[in-house]
Amino acid sequence: MQEQNAGGLFPKRPFRTHGGAPVPHHKNTSGGQSKTMPPPQRVILPMQQHIGAPCEPVVKKGDHVYLGQVVGDSEGYVSAPIHASVSGTVAEIRNVMLTGDRPVEAVVIDSDGLMEPDPSIKPPEPITDKKSLAEAARASGLVGLGGAGFPAHVKLNVPEGKNIDTLIINVAECEPYVTSDHREALENGKNVLDGIYKVKEILDVHRVLIAVEDNKPDVIAELHRIADNGEMDPKDEVRVLALKSRYPQGAEKVLVQACTGRKVPAGGLPADVGCLVMNIASVSFLASFMRTGMPLTKKRVTIDGSAIKEPQNVIVPIGTPIKDVIGFCGGYKSEPRKMLMGGPMMGIAIVSDELPILKQNNAILAFDENEAKMYETTDCIRCGRCVAACPMNLMPTKLEKAAQKKDAEALMELDVMTCMECGCCAFSCPAGRRLVQSIRLGKAYVRKAGKK
Amino acid sequence: MDKLIVSSSPHFNGRKTTQNIMLDVIIGLMPAAIASIIIFGPRAFLVIAVCIASCVLSEYLSRKAMKRPQTVMDLSCVVTGLLLALNLPVTIDPLIAAFGGVIAIVVVKQMFGGIGQNFVNPALTARIVLMNSFPARMTHWAAAFDYGATADAVTTATPLSGQMYVNSPGSAPDYMQLLLGTHGGCLGETCALAILIGGLYLIVRNVISPVIPVTYLATVAVFSAILGRDPLFDLLAGGLMLGAFFMATDYTTSPLYFKARIVFAIGCGLMTIIIREFGSLPEGVSYSIVLMNIITPLIERYVKPTAFGKPKEKKKKEGAA
Repeated sequence: MQEQNAGGLFPKRPFRTHGGAPVPHHKNTSGGQSKTMPPPQRVILPMQQHIGAPCEPVVKKGDHVYLGQVVGDSEGYVSAPIHASVSGTVAEIRNVMLTGDRPVEAVVIDSDGLMEPDPSIKPPEPITDKKSLAEAARASGLVGLGGAGFPAHVKLNVPEGKNIDTLIINVAECEPYVTSDHREALENGKNVLDGIYKVKEILDVHRVLIAVEDNKPDVIAELHRIADNGEMDPKDEVRVLALKSRYPQGAEKVLVQACTGRKVPAGGLPADVGCLVMNIASVSFLASFMRTGMPLTKKRVTIDGSAIKEPQNVIVPIGTPIKDVIGFCGGYKSEPRKMLMGGPMMGIAIVSDELPILKQNNAILAFDENEAKMYETTDCIRCGRCVAACPMNLMPTKLEKAAQKKDAEALMELDVMTCMECGCCAFSCPAGRRLVQSIRLGKAYVRKAGKK
Repeated sequence: MDKLIVSSSPHFNGRKTTQNIMLDVIIGLMPAAIASIIIFGPRAFLVIAVCIASCVLSEYLSRKAMKRPQTVMDLSCVVTGLLLALNLPVTIDPLIAAFGGVIAIVVVKQMFGGIGQNFVNPALTARIVLMNSFPARMTHWAAAFDYGATADAVTTATPLSGQMYVNSPGSAPDYMQLLLGTHGGCLGETCALAILIGGLYLIVRNVISPVIPVTYLATVAVFSAILGRDPLFDLLAGGLMLGAFFMATDYTTSPLYFKARIVFAIGCGLMTIIIREFGSLPEGVSYSIVLMNIITPLIERYVKPTAFGKPKEKKKKEGAA
């Protein structure tokens, strides 16, 4: 395997994947340069912006904080520290309701408008091995910027015995509307390659695939220009792979399959089949962190949807209230009736625009009455479209029926836990059935049954 | 700003609905329906109209009686009516045709819970019920272009009954006649060409997958050849084309996914050829499809897709452990 991967064996075409859905693209904001938002009056920094245990605030009301100063940290392994995204004074520490069912503690900082960086910030020690790479990643506060919020240091700390031969950079960006990775590639391409080299050298990986859906020819051209350049990619181990633009090419397991033909085992991770998947914004951030030592305090977010006056990509301090970002984009064009964190296929509907931008947010979408309207649900006609659309080869209609019966055994038999909730089934359903919603319930029944 | 809708993802839905799928099926059946009117005359139109009216009315009234949401507008009852009509002889008494519609919708479909719930194909089952209730009327075949034919007219032979009963191996079947459907038979089953056009339309429009019709037809052809019959004749004669493209592909009563669909279609093909060769009936398409409808849940139980990342022999391993 090792010899084969040394420079060779780059697929010319992606491997076949199952199912998927022809979702509309709506990449309205891909053409415009990202704008940097001025510091907001106050930021709200929830102590949980990653999967894993929440952080504890390490500042108290009235404290002065610098930009980039740690304000929350945790002993938990699957947690990432949280840094102040503006300089100013801690106004309060209070609970906020995010999209989950539990309130989360948040540090609220009133900005002094100076964006004064923490004087103690300096580039990290030169990174020489896996351990120092993971340590640096943790210190940077980086989590998977594609949406899941999986802490980067956990991902980069490849367990002993797992041999990574392929690094996949995810620029698929298959969700409709979202273009933040698209802009990252165009505006920050050199940084991306820089980050790739840092990671691949440390992890001793000699095959890097930058995977882009083929509906982004400008991104493909730009990445080709950089990756095929002897100066940027002296070892010629980084190649661009154009994927078929069919949702959900960017889902981790589907992406690994499209790039390598390997199937991540159920319940496993890409590392089980020798792959490491990183989002483009994540590698790019790692490169700049290693240069400057400035942790993750800002994020590029796509602001779009029928209710937004000036859709665009905005680079915002993390923790900025959504309504301030939308105000920066000219405000609302019409009354928003549905707002999403993330894209329309997997994004989460939020209850209020007072909520802050989180690390893993890549888009905020606001829709007016027309698009927010719920579609009608009728009886299942057993057409099988959901089964054909499922990238995980599951049977959503049967899962739905088993979930309605709260039949945990049948749900497990149908591999409910393999579902990644990509939404292809519900998108394809002519009866408009809420398949994903039922499957989520089904997973909860299985978890409950497992606890007994 | 106070009333944001909160719902579960995905927040988008494709544009296909049950209604426009059914509309596509109706369009797909149009060539066969038009061919039947050309071949058998205005009375064919009457039979089609009566069946559709009876099915729509049955659906409307049974939903009303059961106090369930009205489902006439999903157009599935129109499809059932049209399919039923295409499975009847042109000489059929309109009252019998209407009765068929009631059986299909009220007994076979609504009593089991309506669309998506019936376990056998409503139109085919209604045809079988009528066959057993009115065997003579249901096999009163008019000749093509004999527009005046009624129930009292002299009956002509269908290709399948002709081959079986006359048993004259010397006379080769006229394939062109079979393709164009200018011979005796049910309204919609005679013109293989019209059915093929409609079937291709459904495949192109992504309403049906070609898996079932192709496998069904291939199985019939192969076993016809093995048994020393005439495969081309077997493909073109009788209700096979209509059955393969429009009946065996019925969503509700056929399996949900590829592997099980293959098994289902092979079963249909085998059964059809067995009935044609060894049965006492001249034609076996309706019975084969309805029989396979009944065992569809069983097929789905034993032939399952493997979830992504699961070992293929999961079942065996568990059995061994």
